[in-house]
Amino acid sequence: MVIYGVALLSFCMLAGVFAGDVLGELLGVQANVGGVGIAMLLLIALSNLSHHRFRLSPMTEGGVNFWSAMYIPIVVAMAAQQDVVAAVSSGWMAIIAGVAAVAASFAMIPVLARFGRGGRDAA
Amino acid sequence: MLLDTLTEVLAENALITAFVFVGILVWLSYFLSGKLTRGRLHGSAVAITIGLLLAWIGGSVTGGSRGLADFTVLAGVGVMGGAMFRDFAIVATAFGADLDELRKAGVVGAASIVLGVVLSFAVGALVALAFGYTDPVAVSTIGAGAATYIVGPVTGTALGADSGVIALSVAAGLTKSVLVMVGTPLVASRIGLDNPHSAMIYGGLMGTTSGVAGGLAATDPKLVPYGAMTATFYTGVGCLLAPSLLFLIVRSLL
Repeated sequence: MVIYGVALLSFCMLAGVFAGDVLGELLGVQANVGGVGIAMLLLIALSNLSHHRFRLSPMTEGGVNFWSAMYIPIVVAMAAQQDVVAAVSSGWMAIIAGVAAVAASFAMIPVLARFGRGGRDAA
Repeated sequence: MLLDTLTEVLAENALITAFVFVGILVWLSYFLSGKLTRGRLHGSAVAITIGLLLAWIGGSVTGGSRGLADFTVLAGVGVMGGAMFRDFAIVATAFGADLDELRKAGVVGAASIVLGVVLSFAVGALVALAFGYTDPVAVSTIGAGAATYIVGPVTGTALGADSGVIALSVAAGLTKSVLVMVGTPLVASRIGLDNPHSAMIYGGLMGTTSGVAGGLAATDPKLVPYGAMTATFYTGVGCLLAPSLLFLIVRSLL
């Protein structure tokens, strides 16, 4: 049933966000530490486990896949409710700081990617 | 009278209205992408850009801080694009992700998070210095804002920065997130962002969940789970490092 998939997905998200909040408090940070990432790992673990023990029915998978497919429209809605005015009108310093941070980070991607690759080839 | 009734129906069913609105927006974007750019600029990149443009118009017209969602009729866009549904959909994309790819890129992915936080913080702090800020608290808060718009205020509040500086740090983070959304598909091929391995590094270096979510959606939706996985740890690591270790380094240098 579709609801099984939706419930599984919801359970993973709640468990992950809860773990992220607890982790944040343990570290003394006022933020969620990787809650969504933990939820993703949990979903991957549960769905892989189920391949061996029992099979998720196609309908159940549909409950998860629907939300996966809704990802882009949700991101579009997210873009449409950003505070773009604040970003654009806050003066040059904030804009330059943001742009410079992005440029520096983009530039690091090929460097780091090569590092990881090299390590893998050597191993 | 008819118009009032319509407005009422749309406002009362806000989330459903958002589904129709976003559906039309996405359709229009894919149409434009096909006709004007022959698909070279991906439909979702067009949709995200139009979304940001509409958010700017919405913010300018209403004076609010939630873009289009500040129009009563379009309040549902705020629900649909809010953190709850965003995170829910991100988690869903992990379904079917390749466990081996995650394992292989695990170490370098984790390293990219720490490097990403330090790099953005350093760049932001240098820009603040260049603009004449010398107070370690202000410099650290703006540097933290260059990490993400959540790390900025968390750091600023922890260090006791004044609200003007905190607002600047949020603006720096917002600029970063908007730029990552729009810029990623444009530079993707040049920086080798076409496989799960580099997507994980990308997520760790950029860190802004909304920026990474939008940027990868517009580049290659298959890469979303890998980038999102590392990106969601970034804000936590940033909130951990910026007000403590990184602030202490800034204070000892100034």
